Amino acid sequence: MKLLTSLSTIALCAAVQSASAEEVRIYNWSDYIDEELLEKFQAETGIDLIYDVFDSNEVLETKLLAGSSGYDVVVPTGTFLERQIQAGVFQKLDLSQLSNHGNVWDLIAARTAQYDPENAYSVNYMWGTTGLGVNLKKVAEVLGDDAPINSLDLVFNPANMEKLAECGVYMLDAPTEMIPAALAYLGEDPNSHDPDVLAKAEGVLAPIAPYVAKFNSSEYINALANGDICVAFGWSGDILQARDRAAEAENGVEIAYNAPSEGALMWFDQMAVPADAPNPEGAHKFINFILDAQNMAAASNYVYYANGNLAAQEFLVEDVIGDLAIYPDAATLEKLYTVTAYPPRVQRTVTRMWTKIKSGT
Amino acid sequence: MNLGRRLLISVPYGWLVVLFLIPFLIVFKISLSDYAISIPPYTPTLDTSEGWSGFAAYWSKLDFENFVFLAEDSLYIKAYLSSFKIATIATFLTLLVGFPFAYAIANAPEEWRPSLLLLVILPFWTSFLIRVYALIGILSNEGFLNQFLMWTGVISEPLVIMNTNAAVYIGIVYTYLPFMVLPIYSTLEKLDGSLLEAAQDLGCTRISAFWSVTVHLAKPGVIAGCFLVFIPALGEFVIPSLLGGSRTLMIGKVLWEEFFSNRDWPVASAVAIILLLVLIIPIVLFQRNEQKQREQNK
Repeated sequence: MKLLTSLSTIALCAAVQSASAEEVRIYNWSDYIDEELLEKFQAETGIDLIYDVFDSNEVLETKLLAGSSGYDVVVPTGTFLERQIQAGVFQKLDLSQLSNHGNVWDLIAARTAQYDPENAYSVNYMWGTTGLGVNLKKVAEVLGDDAPINSLDLVFNPANMEKLAECGVYMLDAPTEMIPAALAYLGEDPNSHDPDVLAKAEGVLAPIAPYVAKFNSSEYINALANGDICVAFGWSGDILQARDRAAEAENGVEIAYNAPSEGALMWFDQMAVPADAPNPEGAHKFINFILDAQNMAAASNYVYYANGNLAAQEFLVEDVIGDLAIYPDAATLEKLYTVTAYPPRVQRTVTRMWTKIKSGT
Repeated sequence: MNLGRRLLISVPYGWLVVLFLIPFLIVFKISLSDYAISIPPYTPTLDTSEGWSGFAAYWSKLDFENFVFLAEDSLYIKAYLSSFKIATIATFLTLLVGFPFAYAIANAPEEWRPSLLLLVILPFWTSFLIRVYALIGILSNEGFLNQFLMWTGVISEPLVIMNTNAAVYIGIVYTYLPFMVLPIYSTLEKLDGSLLEAAQDLGCTRISAFWSVTVHLAKPGVIAGCFLVFIPALGEFVIPSLLGGSRTLMIGKVLWEEFFSNRDWPVASAVAIILLLVLIIPIVLFQRNEQKQREQNK
């Protein structure tokens, strides 16, 4: 459970001590790397690697904003990175220390530039989409064989949701994901910061909220894999994980992931170096190590997420590079949209709206 | 008073000052500041290099704006009230379950009591989080409880318990039960059995003797148990977020959202300060009242 581990990590963050010269401290998402890479890095450089994990952007941001996090490399998502750059959390990358920087995929770099102009502070680690995870059998039972499993109509049309409520629907507890999706469904600009446009999202989400069993950003992996629920609106890699867990358990649950045809949110997790990093040189060494084509490919082959490294693509296994849910084709890629951080006042309106949608008050 | 004794007494006071009073004042100070995109994410921060003028400038920027904000949006008052309601009902249910427990243990043969008490405390040996997670496995639609009930034929459709307030009550009663049982047991254990005999000799029925003697004398334990359950239940965050549904409105969740989603440390601090006051004021009033009664009885 994300919230809980986050609480305990906050308590522990005070215990993080300043690193000495031969250490480099990394703070990344949980289950987001092939751990053999960590050993390889230590063997190649002789630097002690301390690798901690988090499971929500909010927890990472709280540590960064409290100051002196003690970490050398952190991996926030683009929208969070954007605001953290404004707060002065990061230092600019020194490209002279990143000999593998040429491997960066320009298509992804062009999109991440909206969070980090000129990509001065960050390099993409991995990226993915937000969409629909469906238990094929259960949804067919409830909505019939022609259920719109690749359309937002599945979850934003109250008539569908009324029926799906029987078998259980989970949605991300993240207004910054759900409100853009509701706007995309209406044909509005998903990245709108205009309060009047944002208010329209409430009109989509409020009627379907009573049919949502739970708004949560992590439990859907298990719930979907166990067959407790039939639909989850969540992150691509998580739903693919649920698919694999169900297949391993051989429990007869068959999960499919689809990016909605109306457009899906595309998000980016970015490697960056805090301004007060104890070992910025070591941080650059680590980022350069990950930017190596074979290392980056090994990470993606392990976690089933796409990366922002063009040179790595020839080393990806067919299961990853050939899966349209991970590496969408050009036509789908065109339809993916990105969003930017809400300013503080808008953020408060959005959070308040989200509470109202969820709790009715 | 000699020095050694003073030192000894100063230890708990020192503990309270360092670990309660100072953090409380820091939180209070943050609640008077404003949100900012910076490290730390609020303004103003004290600039000691400017000396007194810096301190004066700092002081003039503090205000009670955040508390006014909390009063203006009905969300917060509703969340406090809803937490209060949930904590009250849950405390009552825990008492309902806990009292017979304590009564049974206190009346068990003396050689059994340590083992029975051990059974009450035993769940504490497992992490709180794991116990709440285990309840998810039991209460969910495909969980053990529903599977068992459907297997026995009591129900044909799974009961929806998970993600409702009922699951929150079950979670609170289950996890806080020892806090209710232990204080009640300790008062019942000391109960003089001859008082009950005397009551019956003087014409009480068994039931009225139970009410006027056992329950009356157990009152301090009941009150202590209720406080021990009610206070943590009011600010509970883990149980409603794991077992409750999105319509379970509790102040702990609102606080989390202010701190993490809005990153508004000042408003989150104001919410926490009010929660603390809401808890402390009734307890202080209650204790005053108790003390007065005790003095009157003398």
